[in-house]
Amino acid sequence: MLNIMEVHETNQMIEQEKLDVRTITMGISLLDCASDDLATLRTNIYQKISSYAKNLVSTGEAIEREYGIPIVNKRITVTPISLVAASACNSVDDYVQIAHTLDNIAKEVGVNFIGGYSALVSKSMTPTERLLIESLPQALSETERVCASVNVGSTKTGIDMDAVALLGRKILEVSEATADSDSSGNSKLVVFCNAPDDNPFMAGGFHGVTEGDAVINVGVSGPGVVRTALETARGKDFGVLCETIKRTAFKITRVGQLVAQEASKRLGVPFGIIDLSLAPTPAVGDSVGEVLEEMGLEQVGAPGTTAALALLNDQVKKGGIMASSYVGGLSGAFIPVSEDQNMIDAAASGCLTIEKLEAMTCVCSVGLDMIAIPGNTTATTISGIIADESAIGMINQKTTAVRVIPVIGKGVGDTAEFGGLLGHAPIMAVNQKSCAAFVNRGGRIPAPIHSFKN
Amino acid sequence: MNKAIITVVGQDTVGIIARVCTYLSAHQTNVLDISQTIIDGFFNMMMIVDYSTSDKEFGEIVADLDSLGEEIGVRIRCQREEIFTGMHRV
Repeated sequence: MLNIMEVHETNQMIEQEKLDVRTITMGISLLDCASDDLATLRTNIYQKISSYAKNLVSTGEAIEREYGIPIVNKRITVTPISLVAASACNSVDDYVQIAHTLDNIAKEVGVNFIGGYSALVSKSMTPTERLLIESLPQALSETERVCASVNVGSTKTGIDMDAVALLGRKILEVSEATADSDSSGNSKLVVFCNAPDDNPFMAGGFHGVTEGDAVINVGVSGPGVVRTALETARGKDFGVLCETIKRTAFKITRVGQLVAQEASKRLGVPFGIIDLSLAPTPAVGDSVGEVLEEMGLEQVGAPGTTAALALLNDQVKKGGIMASSYVGGLSGAFIPVSEDQNMIDAAASGCLTIEKLEAMTCVCSVGLDMIAIPGNTTATTISGIIADESAIGMINQKTTAVRVIPVIGKGVGDTAEFGGLLGHAPIMAVNQKSCAAFVNRGGRIPAPIHSFKN
Repeated sequence: MNKAIITVVGQDTVGIIARVCTYLSAHQTNVLDISQTIIDGFFNMMMIVDYSTSDKEFGEIVADLDSLGEEIGVRIRCQREEIFTGMHRV
């Protein structure tokens, strides 16, 4: 039988420590929508998404009410559009029209983001995949809720440097196209290496080709809960520290598992995975940076930060893995700068640099995330940053990603405002030495030796 | 049986339990267990109820109890039991 202390603990986690289910994401395959006629394709996409997702938001809200657990976002991911639209799209404009279709349906069913305006080009690009990448500046500036991603590399295939070079240029164009909102278009674009097929978190979410027709994936989050738990472990050794994180991660994940199963049952869509991540928000007390500082760092970025993050990431996975049989997505700790108050402070004070963040990404769940850089950064430098981060993912057989935002008209010392959950970020300094000759070589970086496991 | 947990937290006053129980009995919701403590000087009550025979939808009970709490000046939450058993029982 439950006791009052346990009930009290759960409710305190929800009310004071900001435990939430960050997102219920419905993945929908659009492969069967393909047509060589653009109008038919758009109708098919519209009909398929609305038939599956029409009750997604209301079901999420009902679960929220009945269990008393906040479900912050309800979202949709779809099959990478470059696959679905390959035979119907012959120009950038054709692709932009599909982006509008996705944006309209997202507004109609009430989800705040729809992910999957994506291309998978880890080995090389087809002409139609190149077109999709070319369309990003227009698609992201003309739509509100569409999220895009491009997978440019993997441990098995190496890194497509042509795509990396192209994306450097397109990211700058997205910035220019959305200059009036601090270049926030790039907050909806992620460049991946080793992208997972079942990631429920935006902006990098898409419904991978290995997935079924429709699926419910859930992302849970609770950095505040972990930080509060760690207060009891102050001054204790690493054994106690790790045990505390593990136990807390277990409890957080169990809530996600419950919500995922309930949503799956009510919507009649199979349950996919739980993404057991610690994802921050700009709210005070909901920060991964704060968790790291609670472990004993004066500020995020200090020596020891990478070790602390590695420990956190690993213990979150160890604790969560027993709480759910199907764990997937990105699972671990997210370290976006603009969405985390302690990371913002550390970047503003100069304690946290891009180079330190890059080192941290070797042990976190994603990569360089929501980092504002000067608007006059060159395209090749952005490509260089993407190449570095992809190489970390490729060599270490992990997912890495880049979501940098060159903010047009602003430089180091200024602040970019993105609003809402996306937060605000100080513009961080970027190394000014050129890598143009390296990036512009063209071709592909071959897969590493340890990719041959046949 | 459909179990829910009702928690009441706030300043102690006369008749809190009576008001909650009156509402529950008016809507055929059976009380299975009640425990009460004072935590950090606050009145804390937990009630396990069975709402399978209730004449109201679960969402309505949640909303009604929420407004009853506002009337009395305490926080009343009603949540399905699974969230607690899920989190605390393996």
